[in-house]
Amino acid sequence: MTGYDAPTHWQSRYDHFIGGEYVKPHGGGYFENPTPVTGQTFTEVARGTAPDVERALDAAHGAADAWGRTSVAERALILNRIADRMQENLESLAIAETWENGKPIRETLAADIPLAIDHFRYFAGAIRAQEGSLGELDDDTVAYHFHEPLGVVGQIIPWNFPILMATWKLAPALAAGNAVVLKPAEQTPASIHYWLSLVADLLPPGVLNIVNGFGVEAGKPLASSARVAKVAFTGETTTGRLIMQYASENIKPVTLELGGKSPNIFFDDVSASRDDFFDKALEGFTMFALNQGEVCTCPSRALIQQGHYSDFLAAAVARTEAIVAGHPLDTDTMIGAQASNDQLEKILSYLDIGRQEGARVLTGGSRADLGGELSGGYYVEPTIFEGDNSMRVFQEEIFGPVVSVTSFADLDDAVKTANDTLYGLGAGVWTRDMNTAYRAGRAIQAGRVWTNCYHAYPAHAAFGGYKQSGIGRENHKMMLEHYQQTKNLLVSYSTQKLGFF
Amino acid sequence: MSVVSVTPAAADLIRSLRGRHGPLMFHQSGGCCDGSAPMCYPAGEFRTGSSDVLLASLVVDGVPEPVEFWMSTAQWELWKHTRLTVDVVPGRGSGFSLEAPDGLRFLIRSHLAA
Repeated sequence: MTGYDAPTHWQSRYDHFIGGEYVKPHGGGYFENPTPVTGQTFTEVARGTAPDVERALDAAHGAADAWGRTSVAERALILNRIADRMQENLESLAIAETWENGKPIRETLAADIPLAIDHFRYFAGAIRAQEGSLGELDDDTVAYHFHEPLGVVGQIIPWNFPILMATWKLAPALAAGNAVVLKPAEQTPASIHYWLSLVADLLPPGVLNIVNGFGVEAGKPLASSARVAKVAFTGETTTGRLIMQYASENIKPVTLELGGKSPNIFFDDVSASRDDFFDKALEGFTMFALNQGEVCTCPSRALIQQGHYSDFLAAAVARTEAIVAGHPLDTDTMIGAQASNDQLEKILSYLDIGRQEGARVLTGGSRADLGGELSGGYYVEPTIFEGDNSMRVFQEEIFGPVVSVTSFADLDDAVKTANDTLYGLGAGVWTRDMNTAYRAGRAIQAGRVWTNCYHAYPAHAAFGGYKQSGIGRENHKMMLEHYQQTKNLLVSYSTQKLGFF
Repeated sequence: MSVVSVTPAAADLIRSLRGRHGPLMFHQSGGCCDGSAPMCYPAGEFRTGSSDVLLASLVVDGVPEPVEFWMSTAQWELWKHTRLTVDVVPGRGSGFSLEAPDGLRFLIRSHLAA
């Protein structure tokens, strides 16, 4: 094992980053930022309000035209340089995000930060390769289609992957030539500033502006501003609807990622042999505990076919009970702290209603006290409920390390249960039969169906929701077009009049 | 028991928010991150429509008008066998709910309907 020390690279205070420099909040206020690892405050952060957002929008509008006219080669080079800096500082970035969010260092080292690095490189390549089009309408008439940046965009970032989720939004927006005003989550505002300390000199002033603060005080003025050409948000449904309402006032587009209740389906043939694939499927089941379950695509409903139900579930319980809880900065730790106290309280409220509804607790079911300095942190035991898909623990995104298990008879039954949800973001299908895998994957109403894998987030695989899970597809070059306007030049090369007048 | 009730601590916070922000409303969220949490807004800030159901008009001592509590109809279909209590816990919140800057977060506790 390797135990990392608590990070010491934090500043004692973070202001807003506007126009290439740090500026104090207009209202003069700051809020404390605690680590969920111990519950102790480690820095304080500027409490942004509408005048700060306006100042950031001024800076962004001042920078947008020149940035939008830079060559794609130049923008791609900057994104690649950002990736290089992150690569050189991978370990300290991972420690920063773990300390702020509570997630295990093994995940930030192997997933969050490497994925973020690759994401910048992917969009550096994608923008170089993007082409407009031309249509030859007749001998003398050509329709040219150009991609143009939208201008200034607003981005509101969630707290579950503070650096990676910011990267998912920043990389395509910057690649496409937009200036950005970004608001990090109030639970995890500091990691992005540590990242910024490594890369700020690479971007022209005003291209990226970060305004900290609470949703109601800083997020709302940003989301409702007529001065942003688009708003991107990851979060929950009520705020998603509210952002759409604000956008409708200004006739602006939005992209939204609003979560899910993802089914993870295990067909009988998974248990045909106790081989590597069976072992992989058990890990796939246990993925509900990745990032403490604080993932929009947490496989929080496990559907297990009746023929192997008891045996597979027993093995899955054993695998879950082998999850090592501990200090998030210890590389042996598999599950860390929930990101905040209110998140902890919400999870506990679902453990309560799950029991009231008659779901059986097969393992876990309580808050975990890991002792010592971790007693003040926010830890939950990995929990398996067994019950029925109509129960609320099967229908709502708990955003904790909690999976609800039920059985199914056949493919049709599995698809029916899988689709019996308001959401459609992710799903998993596990089978040795490719025809079953294909039919199930196509029938499930979700934007991504992991097939014999789960929780992989490579760039160049589109990610986004069906149903109430949102609008748009991140993680893929198609996201560029969510940050671009289409300009059509309709050109006549004829010298002859039409003859109407 | 009414469909939605309020703990004394939540009532205190509602009174305090009413004093600073005027008439209030709730809309129960779903989905990612801070989903499944009740969002508290100035009344009328969130435009409800035909896809929403008014679950309760909460009467809170010291608050002159009822505080409406809304949820999307589709979500209520899945919740309707339960009764809800609005409570409050220390927290950071998120979304655009009014109480987050106070270091507090409204939270729903649920009970089976009798």
